[in-house]
Amino acid sequence: MSGIPHDHYEPRSNIEKWLHSRLPVIGLLYGTLMIPTPKNLNWWWIWGIVLAFCLALQIVTGIVLAMHYTPHVDTAFASIEHIMRNVNSGHMIRYLHMNGASLFFFAVYIHIFRGLYYGSYKPPREITWIIGMLIYLLMMGTAFMGYVLPWGQMSFWGATVITGLFGAIPFIGEYIQTWLLGGPAVDNATLNRFFSLHYLLPFVIAALVILHIWAFHTTGNNNPTGVEVRRESKAEADRDTVPFWPYFVIKDLFALAVILVVFFAIVGFMPNYLGHPDNYIEANPLVTPAHIVPEWYFLPFYAILRAFTSDVWVVMLANWITGGIINAKFFGVLAMFGAIVVMALAPWLDTSMVRSGRYRPMFKWWFWLLVADFVVLTWCGAQPAEPPYSTISLIGSTYWFFYFLIILPLLGVIEKPEPRPSTVEEDFDHHYSKSETPAE
Amino acid sequence: MLKKIGIAALAALTFSGTGATAAGGSTHIHDVQFSFEGPFGKFDQYQLQRGLQVYTEACASCHGLQYVPLRTLGDEGGPHFSEDEVRAYAAQNFTVYDPEIDDDRPARPTDHFPGSNLENAPDLSLMAKKRAGFHGPYGTGLAQLFKGTGGAEYIAAILTGYEEAPECAPDDFEGDYNSAFPSGGYPDECKIFNEEGIELGRKAPGSWIAMPPPLFDEQIEFADNHDNTVHHMAEDVSAFLMWTAEPKMMVRKEAGLTGVILLILLSALLYLTNKRLWAPLKNRKSP
Repeated sequence: MSGIPHDHYEPRSNIEKWLHSRLPVIGLLYGTLMIPTPKNLNWWWIWGIVLAFCLALQIVTGIVLAMHYTPHVDTAFASIEHIMRNVNSGHMIRYLHMNGASLFFFAVYIHIFRGLYYGSYKPPREITWIIGMLIYLLMMGTAFMGYVLPWGQMSFWGATVITGLFGAIPFIGEYIQTWLLGGPAVDNATLNRFFSLHYLLPFVIAALVILHIWAFHTTGNNNPTGVEVRRESKAEADRDTVPFWPYFVIKDLFALAVILVVFFAIVGFMPNYLGHPDNYIEANPLVTPAHIVPEWYFLPFYAILRAFTSDVWVVMLANWITGGIINAKFFGVLAMFGAIVVMALAPWLDTSMVRSGRYRPMFKWWFWLLVADFVVLTWCGAQPAEPPYSTISLIGSTYWFFYFLIILPLLGVIEKPEPRPSTVEEDFDHHYSKSETPAE
Repeated sequence: MLKKIGIAALAALTFSGTGATAAGGSTHIHDVQFSFEGPFGKFDQYQLQRGLQVYTEACASCHGLQYVPLRTLGDEGGPHFSEDEVRAYAAQNFTVYDPEIDDDRPARPTDHFPGSNLENAPDLSLMAKKRAGFHGPYGTGLAQLFKGTGGAEYIAAILTGYEEAPECAPDDFEGDYNSAFPSGGYPDECKIFNEEGIELGRKAPGSWIAMPPPLFDEQIEFADNHDNTVHHMAEDVSAFLMWTAEPKMMVRKEAGLTGVILLILLSALLYLTNKRLWAPLKNRKSP
């Protein structure tokens, strides 16, 4: 499967040979687990395993929750309380599922920013990147619909606001919104279809995860130097790589265990810290909460959505050019989805010949500014839409687009990259001969 | 109609500057050192029992606990009454409608607490969780994290927050003044406006609440002769309502602690395994 030369599975016993000639499933597992992996991968490369764990955790806890949950406006909220009070360990399963979503997004954001820093999106890994972006979009859809299921106040009003975004599309928006909701407003039809899709989409994500892994197993992993593994001969490849099992499986499991310590502390000691208390109030279409806030992992894009108000000159210009078709509301929606689109287009916007940010002196600054920008936007998304937060959101949103549309294309032309190691082996040996003292 | 509300809400939230936070005043919620705060905090079984008594005698005539099964009063990690005590409590205090006999009958442990009797008296099952929104300072929620300020404090603050109405208020203003209640009525006489008529602030914290003061000193005689001032009764019933909102808190904390300890052990083992596994690669020059 991989372009890097490596050993292939050889069936030894008769039964293995029998199976292998009929269904080479052991060979597939062997090839996947023994994939040659650059030996210089650092700790930023552990989040893939965390994400795989999160998907499994969400599916397993979700299947159990679905056994006790009722998707009906009259009983959904009560069925959650039934899970919390009467189902054996139901409270733990639900809190694991609730906070599991947060861990999932925390991990995916680090995973994405790791890819952005080390240029993992660059050729030949564009397909891996695009599939990753699709997974991220599906995660957002799944999480959003999952949050509606408890049928609390934030569930209801969050669903009203977010589906209202589709209503902002000119001419056809209202029809799309009605079609999504199954009626003129968020109601039982909405709850039922969201439940159905919330159950379905994780399996679509799982399928895309398999493609994601298949894609980067074909190109080989990127690594912190961005220098490709030598693949002229197996002997050369062996000096740059180690098999995934056991080296990276054990390393990743260690990292996962440490992360789960924090995760279990949150689930056990403050499971509602990341949630909104209003979601313990049953949904009421007649009472609007004072402050509708989405879950934390949507906040950066929520801030971008709200940043472009009708008094911003770009919005006024767009409004004038299109004769009023693009109003402030629709502009905000376009900006929010556009923020993800420009990120997905990074492989074609980045003109630099150098893959890893480690050897790009100017890129580094802009990259860390983007990380800071992301944090600031997250914070702004939770604040009311009024000065000074609206101004900060606007500056933050502008920088987001500036980074992808201006900085990435420009840096490739003006930046003078630093020298890179010629092989992965050189980087690895250099690192450990310098800083590591022999273990006792 | 609903769609209009939704669109209006969306517009208000997304595109105008007049957020809900523009209006509204401050409230005073004092921190209480409850026994159940922090990673190792536990419910005080006797406090929960007193709290149940306060609930039964002072709250239950208007409010309900519709999500709480009566049998859970016997749970460990809760008030932990005996089976007989729970059965007697249910039968003595509540009647429920039974469709099988088409009549009311005394409640059994398998029934839930009844719901609210008054339309504007909210159900209290989850009150301690739905009023836990203290996001300060700067929206980080750290005060809640470190001091444990949460919904139980809110309930205690409401119950002890009845004070003399500020002088600016008209005597016939509806409801009772409560310094901890955020969302009740508020007379214009006590608001501060600028020249354009936009509200800048309020002269007194809190607002006017429809519920008359539910507790007064020495209202309830506890079997253990515990202090029955308003202040103590308010804390007891707040602790009880924290339990009704989060009845599995103690089991959850134990599970969390076990998980954390086991995972720390697992991390240590995996750390050593990983170190040993990579050592030959990292120190190829040493023997």
